[in-house]
Amino acid sequence: MSTDVSQNLVTISIDGKEIQAGKGELLIAAAEKAGVFIPRFCYHNRLPQVGMCRMCLVEVNGPRGFSLQPACYLPVSDGMEVVTESEKVKKAQDGVLEYLLINHPLDCPVCDKGGECPLQDQTMAYGPGESRFVEEKRHWEKPIPISDLVLLDRERCIQCDRCTRFADVVAGDALIEFVGRGDHTEINVFPDRPFSSYFSGNTVQICPVGALTAVPYRFKARPWDLSQVESSCTTCSMGCRIMVQSSQNELTRYLGLDADSINHGWLCDKGRFGHEAINSSDRITAPLVRKGDSFVETTWASALELISSKVSSAQAAGDPNRIGFILGSRLTNEDIYAWVKLAKGVVGTDSVDSQLGDGLKGEVIASLRRATINEAVSAKAILAFTGDIKEEVPVLFLRLREAVKSGWTKIATIGTHGSSLDKLSEVTASVSAGQLQLLAKELMKESSKFPELTKLFTNQGVGADGEGLVVLLGRENLAWDQSVVEAFALELSRALPRAKFLLTLHNANFAGSVDLGAVPNMLPGRLPLGSASQATRQKWAGLPDRAGRGVKEMLVAALQGELDVLFLVGSDPREDYVDSALANSALDQVGFVVSVDTFLSQSSAKADLVLPASSFAEKSGTTTNLEGRVLTLNQKVAPKGLCRPDWAIASEIALELGDDLGFDSAAGVLDEIAEVSPLHWGLSWNRLVKSSAIEGMMIPISATSLSIRPKAMLDEISTPGIASVWDQGLPSSKTAYVENGSTSADDKPAGEPSSQTVAGPLEPIWRLAPVQPLGFMNLAYSRKLYSQGEHLRNSAHLVHLVVEAKCQVSSKTAEKLGVSSGGSVLITDKAGGEGQFELEVDDSVPNDTVELVRGSFSISGFSPVRSDETVNYVKVERA
Amino acid sequence: MSFFSSENLEKAQVLIGLYPEKRSALIPLCHLAQGQHGHLSNEAMEQIAELLDIQPAEVLGTASFYDMLHTEEVGKYLVGVCTNVACMLGGGIELLEHASDVLGVPIGGTTEDGMFTLEEVECVAHCDKAPCAQVNYRYFGPLANGDFDQLVDDLRNDRLSESVPPHGVLSQVFRDAPAMVPLEIIHRERRAMDDEKKARLAALNKDAGGNQ
Repeated sequence: MSTDVSQNLVTISIDGKEIQAGKGELLIAAAEKAGVFIPRFCYHNRLPQVGMCRMCLVEVNGPRGFSLQPACYLPVSDGMEVVTESEKVKKAQDGVLEYLLINHPLDCPVCDKGGECPLQDQTMAYGPGESRFVEEKRHWEKPIPISDLVLLDRERCIQCDRCTRFADVVAGDALIEFVGRGDHTEINVFPDRPFSSYFSGNTVQICPVGALTAVPYRFKARPWDLSQVESSCTTCSMGCRIMVQSSQNELTRYLGLDADSINHGWLCDKGRFGHEAINSSDRITAPLVRKGDSFVETTWASALELISSKVSSAQAAGDPNRIGFILGSRLTNEDIYAWVKLAKGVVGTDSVDSQLGDGLKGEVIASLRRATINEAVSAKAILAFTGDIKEEVPVLFLRLREAVKSGWTKIATIGTHGSSLDKLSEVTASVSAGQLQLLAKELMKESSKFPELTKLFTNQGVGADGEGLVVLLGRENLAWDQSVVEAFALELSRALPRAKFLLTLHNANFAGSVDLGAVPNMLPGRLPLGSASQATRQKWAGLPDRAGRGVKEMLVAALQGELDVLFLVGSDPREDYVDSALANSALDQVGFVVSVDTFLSQSSAKADLVLPASSFAEKSGTTTNLEGRVLTLNQKVAPKGLCRPDWAIASEIALELGDDLGFDSAAGVLDEIAEVSPLHWGLSWNRLVKSSAIEGMMIPISATSLSIRPKAMLDEISTPGIASVWDQGLPSSKTAYVENGSTSADDKPAGEPSSQTVAGPLEPIWRLAPVQPLGFMNLAYSRKLYSQGEHLRNSAHLVHLVVEAKCQVSSKTAEKLGVSSGGSVLITDKAGGEGQFELEVDDSVPNDTVELVRGSFSISGFSPVRSDETVNYVKVERA
Repeated sequence: MSFFSSENLEKAQVLIGLYPEKRSALIPLCHLAQGQHGHLSNEAMEQIAELLDIQPAEVLGTASFYDMLHTEEVGKYLVGVCTNVACMLGGGIELLEHASDVLGVPIGGTTEDGMFTLEEVECVAHCDKAPCAQVNYRYFGPLANGDFDQLVDDLRNDRLSESVPPHGVLSQVFRDAPAMVPLEIIHRERRAMDDEKKARLAALNKDAGGNQ
């Protein structure tokens, strides 16, 4: 190994100092590692270099002596001599800056970037001090909105090509471009085609001047008034690392942190601009108790008393499953643990679930071999059977896109409707529910009925046992019951025992919920209900004496009047449960509904008691992302009103019920988790913060995840606005990802704890798909990034992005229906429920299938998906 | 809703087929669209983007870079008067002023009847006939004021329709499809070049190794 490294190193001299650098590394990056900062504007470590701004000119010795060359475009070679500080270099820097400032307005006092501006900073550090330019500067109409979220002040632009490169190379949405030539060059969009990329906010973050500004932040604060903490985004399950910044106890913005194993500094707009909801004045700030048709404010004390009396009388009925808990995606690991301990340890019910019909069964998740994101992007091949990644886990889409474009891996996508992965896929195959079993069994067999898939995987070197294959598993079609996907996954992992699974479910911390037992039949650490650890027995007051119900069973039980008390902790089944008709009628039947929420959502608005919960950035804790990486969340602002963290609410309820959960801080909860759960062994707040907090820690903790890699200084010019954060170093090749951060199955944890699948192997259960009734079509049900949620509804600048429900069919089907694009159709489900939709022709939808895109229609009561059907069919007619 | 006529759409497909990368047909398609419509309308750029599987903004970026691609409406005749050194000495600036008076539009303007757009151009290599002007890239010179008036009159009355086609029509854009080099040949030649490069590199490395 050591010889390999030395062969890949070259020695160069920078300002007379000899340093070692990786072969082929760019001079600017090599110098930075050696502590020599070369000024730059267009260079960005996550983008291909273009050498446009000329700010990084340095003297390099060549055959004709020293000459000026751009350090961002020059790979190092052995014996290279570089001078970064000389008369000649200084003159070049003076010239470049004076030139850039010819057209750049001196409006720093009113510019959002002022104070954190690379142009301002580098002019101070390297500039000529005075300008000889006395002519009139350019004037443009300003600002022009290039999208709903991004404004452009063209006169400030220095044409570094960062935003356009990002849009084209990273996001794949080349909606902004250089227009014109010479001094008429400007960044612009095509007329009437706004920069409506899910990733548009990233261009604002990497703009080295104030040309691109975000609408929600514009004129809101000055950088020197901001303070910040590191945190992790919990909008989806990706766990993107962010910097949370606030001014005067109000969140002002989130910036992406460059975590090499996770988000590379990128964020989606839904995550980036989600802070507005937290500041919203519509937040619940005091406990609310129902009085007839409306709520009245009450005190915590009387609210807790009410809960206690309701729980006690439900307990008196004898069946602990008359009390249920549905946990949502707002919760941190600590919150989940506290509520699970309350439910299972104190109340004694196992009816705790965290999947609202859009996830998978906890036991199934626990039994699959887990792949990391890095393993996925460097896998020999990927099989994708998942909801649209770009809509469900947007930043993972960027990682996969990079991997495919760089040739690190190849993707095959199977499913029932088109998705954004199709363009990146080598093979796309449309499958029916009936084919899945055969596909799973025969995928790597010669006799496979899916020769295209098999051929691709074989050519890519996937082993007959699935070695090298990563399966992106999610809910491709929400109109199929989760049992279909579960059976497929189990069948596949039986046929290909070495294949690994990356669960691409949307809900934040779904992994933490499973790991911590927020699902029926399981306890923290993925232990089966019957085999609690010694520590659990010691720490918990008791354990459930019988298995509980999942969400679906709870709702069905509620319909039959068998649910007395239901706790909704950050969950909103009325809006989010896929079969909203069932959720609505079931929740109406529950004796007493307690909702712990931040907003009056569909469900909490109809609850009997609403408790105000602290939101993201109002509490500290940890979250587990989709690959099983535990990441820190930090408090930045004080909770609103009487809001309390969810774990503390659970604690209070336990106290009221006569039991002490035994912790008084989030860190204390984490300590107990590490004690009780073999999966979380070795985890502690100190370790998470001290080690490479930026990347969190993979669990179970192994020798590799304990080793701390050296950190390099963050490039302030690449991510203006985050001054004092640390960076992890930047592998940019496939090998780097294979070597770093991936925990192989043979990697024994550093201590005695067992690793995965404590729940044991499960048998796939294939339920016969119902026959397609005559005149009915296959239903594909999908979501968009901006489909739903209380959070969106309360973000002033995101709310108008919420999509309308859509109905898509192929042109052939549209012809058959006799309806053209824009016409309206009537959709009837098997039970006779109906809804009217505008039709959109989209040929990525297979014939004889209708794709419904989730919008706001569940609110009107029509839910096309019935949870008692394995596969849903609907009738489509011209309205 | 298609911008290209069916005949031009066919031509477009042939042009796209000439290149290993679809995107390479961008400029030829811009010319084709300009030939059909006189300028590149938004609809034209949108369809080009669709055909090439890129974004309209990328088409606009390229189209707005080149002077001979017009994203805004121009007259049937694009009149460019040269004011570079040779023509300037021969009275180019005066000719431009005269042209502006005669056509009744400022520089860059288009006459109300949509016949003429007036431009000031840099040297068009017609210096021996200074002062000169070009109409749809066909050269005229030397032009005294009277000659220019005559030229405008001829154009207005279709007397030059043979030699000066409407703006946008370029004869060289469309290559005969049979003339195209088969992809296999291109690939073979590229492979050969790559192999040669590799061999050279290997030889170089060998030399370097020997020296150490």
